[in-house]
Amino acid sequence: MNPVATPYFFYGLAAVAVLSAIAVIMRRNPVHSAIALIFTLLSLAGLYLMLYAPFVAGVQIILYVGGIVVLFLFVIMLINIDSMQREYQFNKQWLVALLAAAGLGVLFVAVYVKGQAIFPQHAIRFVEEKNTQQVGKMLYVDYLLPFEIASLLLLVAIVGAVVMAKKRI
Amino acid sequence: MLQNFLNYLNQNVTPGQAGAYIWVVIYILIIFAAVSVAVIAMNWLERKILAHMQVRLGPMRVGPHGLLQPFADALKLLLKEDIIPTGADKLVFWMAPVVVVLTAFTTYIVIPFGPTHAVTDMNIGILFMLGVASLGTLGIIMAGWASNSHYPLLGSLRSSAQMVSYEVAMGMAVVSAVLMTSLTGLGVYGIGGTGDTLGTLSMIEIVRAQMNQHVWFAFKFFPLGLLAFGIFAIAMVAETNRAPFDLPEAESELTAGFHTEYSGFRWSLFFLAEYAAMIAVSSIAVTLWLGGWLRPFPHWLGGDTWDTAFSFFPALTFFVLAGLTLRTTMRMPKHPYFKIQKTGLGVFGLLLGAIGLVLLAPPVRDRIQDIYWFTIKVAGFMYMYIWYRGTFPRYRFDQLMKLGWKFMIPAGIGVLIATALAGVL
Repeated sequence: MNPVATPYFFYGLAAVAVLSAIAVIMRRNPVHSAIALIFTLLSLAGLYLMLYAPFVAGVQIILYVGGIVVLFLFVIMLINIDSMQREYQFNKQWLVALLAAAGLGVLFVAVYVKGQAIFPQHAIRFVEEKNTQQVGKMLYVDYLLPFEIASLLLLVAIVGAVVMAKKRI
Repeated sequence: MLQNFLNYLNQNVTPGQAGAYIWVVIYILIIFAAVSVAVIAMNWLERKILAHMQVRLGPMRVGPHGLLQPFADALKLLLKEDIIPTGADKLVFWMAPVVVVLTAFTTYIVIPFGPTHAVTDMNIGILFMLGVASLGTLGIIMAGWASNSHYPLLGSLRSSAQMVSYEVAMGMAVVSAVLMTSLTGLGVYGIGGTGDTLGTLSMIEIVRAQMNQHVWFAFKFFPLGLLAFGIFAIAMVAETNRAPFDLPEAESELTAGFHTEYSGFRWSLFFLAEYAAMIAVSSIAVTLWLGGWLRPFPHWLGGDTWDTAFSFFPALTFFVLAGLTLRTTMRMPKHPYFKIQKTGLGVFGLLLGAIGLVLLAPPVRDRIQDIYWFTIKVAGFMYMYIWYRGTFPRYRFDQLMKLGWKFMIPAGIGVLIATALAGVL
């Protein structure tokens, strides 16, 4: 089945992603920010689908939306929002922030200008039907060692978090 | 136009894959209507079955044997005043039930009621279902937080903790079933037919794998398949917040849990979503372990004769239902007060019989079979849900967490490793 109206889907998803990302940092209420974050992550999942990566989209929904944002909301509900909203929301770090934002902007512009030379016009399209199998083969056959190292690192991080959080083990 | 419709009937792919947009819309509408009807039926059945388990009569007043009770309830809920608490966060309060209903119904896109009877087949089918089902938690959390009240907040905290911990065990069980699609297990167990060496996540392909391997995954690698199925069957009750894991809405502690502040139509949306989610997770279990749309023993009792014999089951079921209804009509008291009820029930029974007659026609018979077997398996799960509620006392929260983290997750990981070993040995 051929894709239909792809540019409209892309612009729609991109608009939702950007607008809700702005809402994440603009809202004073952290719960509203977390809910806006859900919309950003969901539209990113849609964009992954458009890039013929359904497996990545599914994992994005399960891990980020279903797992991480749920934990965010869980933590936010345990803290006292009322007292936090009255606190001053900005640090006086605008110079550093301005430099960082300008740097990122320059990077974006550079990629936009030089990108056509670096990236091929039409990226190689993987077969959509076998996306999951291809990801599995990449991770467990071609790049087994780096993958295992990464998972070992995550294990160390988990143990470290437990050690730091618990006084008496 | 008509020709398009007729051409479609001869295709053997789902409408989503065929790119037939009209049929996609039709399927979605049919599924939406059917699920709503199923929820109404469940509402009545749950009350009646629970009542009979407790040696009561249950609803008897509205309609014969309380058959019209769900409609009366729906009417009441629609007419009820819609209250938003003063301190509530209006936007989030409004969004929460919508999110819960949307996620519950979105999962139905990939449920395969038959080889061609699904809205579409995705190659990440099961992943999509689990992902979207986990979004339902967000709606519950939003509802609890937005109500600006203590009971809902506690209820939604419990709900999110419960779902996060049981999702892991559920995932492990699902992965071991997905693993079985690629492992034929001819080595140690020596049973089964041929299968692809490449695994799959697509719901339809998972059922096809069970057909090709001549075994339902619940009985594959005995007892590993059965163990994974058991883990999923427990975790799915916890995921849908049903008894004995209904702590988010434990009425003895939290009034009504996360939906305490909701009333009227909004509350009925939560109700609808809860039952829709129950049907959805039951259909995951049926697809992964109980052979989806396959009839019992498609190979052992194979051949045309058996195929024809089994194809009479849908009609037979409706005839039995019609017979029971008519028998009840006969046994109703002969008082003029019951005259309207008696006529109504009689007409209902005749209607069921007429549906049975339609299902006898050969073209309908062939097309309806797979849907029938799928539905009957899911119905078994729904009965189990009611049975649990009538039988088990509610867990305490620490017991729930202990069961989840110290038993279910280790058992899930163990089954997963054992399945992989059994497949390659």
